[in-house]
Amino acid sequence: MLSRFQSGLSPITRRRIAVFRGNRRARWSLWLFVLFFAISLGAELIANDKPILLQYQDRWYTPLFVDYPETEFGGFLPTKADYRDEFVYDEIAANGWMLWPPIPFSYDTLDRNLSHPAPSPPTWRHWLGTDDQGRDVLARVIYGFRLSVIFALVLTAGSLVLGVLVGGIQGYFGGKIDLIGQRFTEIWAGLPVLFLLIILASLVEPNLWWLLGIMLLFSWLGLVDIVRAEFLRARNLEYVRAARALGLPSYLIMWRHVLPNAMVATLTFVPFLFTGAITTLTALDFLGFGLPPGSPSLGELVAQGKNNLQAPWLGITAFITLSLMLSLLVFIGEGLRDAFDPRHILAPMQPDTETSMAPLTKEPADER
Amino acid sequence: MSADTVFSLNRFSIAFGNMTVVEDLSLEIRRGETLALVGESGSGKSVSALGAMGLLPESARVTGERRLSDVDLSQLSAKDWQRVRGNQVGFIFQEPMTSLNPLHTIAKQIGETLRLHQGLTSRGARERVRELLVQVKLPRPDELLDAWPHQLSGGQRQRVMIAMAIANRPRLLIADEPTTALDVTVQQDILALLAELRELHGMALLFITHDLNLVRRHADRVCVLYRGQVQESGSVEEVFQRPKSAYTRALLDAEPEGRPVELPDTASPLLEARELEVSYARPKRLFARGRAPFMAVQPLNLHVQRGETLGIVGESGSGKTTLAMALLRLTGSTGQIAFDGERIDNLKGNELRKRRGNFQVVFQDPFGSLSPRMPVADIVSEGLRFHYPDLDDNEVSQRVTRALHEVGLPADCTARYPHEFSGGQRQRIAVARAIILEPQLLVLDEPTSALDRTVQKQLIELLRDLQARRGLSYLFISHDLAVVRAMAHRVIVLKDGAVIEQGSCEQVLHAPRSEYTQALVDAAGLTI
Repeated sequence: MLSRFQSGLSPITRRRIAVFRGNRRARWSLWLFVLFFAISLGAELIANDKPILLQYQDRWYTPLFVDYPETEFGGFLPTKADYRDEFVYDEIAANGWMLWPPIPFSYDTLDRNLSHPAPSPPTWRHWLGTDDQGRDVLARVIYGFRLSVIFALVLTAGSLVLGVLVGGIQGYFGGKIDLIGQRFTEIWAGLPVLFLLIILASLVEPNLWWLLGIMLLFSWLGLVDIVRAEFLRARNLEYVRAARALGLPSYLIMWRHVLPNAMVATLTFVPFLFTGAITTLTALDFLGFGLPPGSPSLGELVAQGKNNLQAPWLGITAFITLSLMLSLLVFIGEGLRDAFDPRHILAPMQPDTETSMAPLTKEPADER
Repeated sequence: MSADTVFSLNRFSIAFGNMTVVEDLSLEIRRGETLALVGESGSGKSVSALGAMGLLPESARVTGERRLSDVDLSQLSAKDWQRVRGNQVGFIFQEPMTSLNPLHTIAKQIGETLRLHQGLTSRGARERVRELLVQVKLPRPDELLDAWPHQLSGGQRQRVMIAMAIANRPRLLIADEPTTALDVTVQQDILALLAELRELHGMALLFITHDLNLVRRHADRVCVLYRGQVQESGSVEEVFQRPKSAYTRALLDAEPEGRPVELPDTASPLLEARELEVSYARPKRLFARGRAPFMAVQPLNLHVQRGETLGIVGESGSGKTTLAMALLRLTGSTGQIAFDGERIDNLKGNELRKRRGNFQVVFQDPFGSLSPRMPVADIVSEGLRFHYPDLDDNEVSQRVTRALHEVGLPADCTARYPHEFSGGQRQRIAVARAIILEPQLLVLDEPTSALDRTVQKQLIELLRDLQARRGLSYLFISHDLAVVRAMAHRVIVLKDGAVIEQGSCEQVLHAPRSEYTQALVDAAGLTI
């Protein structure tokens, strides 16, 4: 611990970053994805049915964070103020002003003043049109994107922890533990996930956490094999044996010596877990076994597109959103995989003598 | 340049980017002659051979004149090269385990070059392969034709490689460390075979090696390289008798010398093992009766006294390392092990871990035994922090500095990572990691075999020095008798997991009683 941070990044890490940055497609995909995700994190500021800020009779209000009763703005009922209601809108406009988000609809706002019957085509009011219940498609896409990514993030993180834990224990200890663990994971992997979800949907109201929990029970299985193989290989390396000879307990050896090496193979797998999670959530929503009705979900948008072929903006929006998101993730994954691949050659890069020359001068003697 | 010069280089240089790895190399080899290209690792000997034959990646800049007989090699097109390589020039590489394709039979591997270059039919090629196998003195050539590489031993594979290299009767044979990966007794046979084939076919042999012992016996002329520059060249006698450059002298002096520290009279036993045995169960087939387990170490007794070095000698596969791992309780074994008068063979878990500080180990591979992702300070202090959790950071870093000082490393290297050090320095870090816990016994598993001779010598001196200062006991495992002689008081010779011979070091090396030991002594070429 004394000096870990003094010398900064290790040259291996620096080389990996250089390879990743050298891959222009992966770099752009990462930036775009981060940008989209950042935008969607601020979804409440972009698409909402409440103003961000308003001044009414010389007092300041922040409806985004505080719920005000309608009586506050000259209404008669002590219910939550509906700022889209004509009466409230006019009242505030007469006695002050409101700052609205660029899209004045949230994902669940029903627009009752549609120029066409729902699903209505794209207009200036609804840039991507509305769905068959009169909700703004663009707002739903922004919220849906955020929900998908967060779902995938949590699921991936959870699978990573479980998969590394189980795979690491099997690989490091080997023998009987490995044998029993392998048979167990094989049986576990044989359970039909989809049926379990469908049965669950009929027992409880499936919400985000239920879905996460059930998916988490199975999604770590793919990682186990990789991590186990890495640990099996690493446990006979000399520095691991040296650590055992020093008398270090197993958990410390696994954490400090074996895990950092296993992480390389594992991290390469992560982007693909991530896309898998998004696809699964979308598929479940499409089939109607996913998130509760009304949630902003891309799968539900796909289903609406299928049911309303006369409204092509639904299907086209869903298609473009999903394919863009998944393609970006696959490109990022490819870049990561190349960056972690020791055989990857830095040739197309500008001759950065420090990083690119060092391996080249040594390699020919070893390889031939 | 005389008429029978087969291969010559003149002002030959290789550079990668702006780094010159070989500079102004000039040499020539005549028919039937062996030229040894000698140097330590990184001196540019392999790169020279690869560069001369156009086998380096595009990024290498090769300049200067290179000729094979009357052909100017720098003018050849890719097509011409294919005719030269494998036809007029044969290659033998260091690693017999990876230089054969595991998916092809022996007949196919050797036959391929015959069909390619001589246009033989597959039947004709098979005939010729059989002849070649006889020539390289492989037993049972008819069976070996259809054998797979994994069925052969390292020495046999190297013979197959040689058969492949001479298949087209090349004029020049390039042998790049052909015996480094082999046991010493096998080394001698392979080199004798190469000499015989050279005579038979009138080839020129370029012999690349780091081992001066082999050069002295097997080469006619020698060219010494250091950091890509020729230090000296001439006939073997000349160079060995009257070395002109300081570097050659240093190389020749690098034979490990000196003898172990005298044992104190009051020596008491530190480590004792009785009926120690290591065996592995073989895979059992369904319904078959269980086969007898494989005995990696057959029951043996041994003891190490305080301040003493016990050498364990044997070829690869003789069970040396397994024995050491069993004594360290890193591998399961049966029998009694007593350390400092206390049985440790029945200790478990925490009890055992607490005592591990007393017996430490240094491994063979200086590149594999240090965690690549940890700085030196963490590597060295890891055991300390675990065994003495109440030490504060200040005390820990003081002890680290002291341990590094003791093994002759500067104190400012604590923040650096292992890859920034040379092999010898890494081995010193490994020693520092071991001695920081103040052990009484140090197991040294081939600590010098991956190092250059000059570095070896320094490490041996360091180890002897530590022993004298701290009264350490060593269990010293090696196949190199010259190193063992410089370190060990007593020696145990192992073969196939059984003790062949044991006794005081002088006695075993001077008057070996078994044939096996005699062969090892002969092969080591000790100048006693």
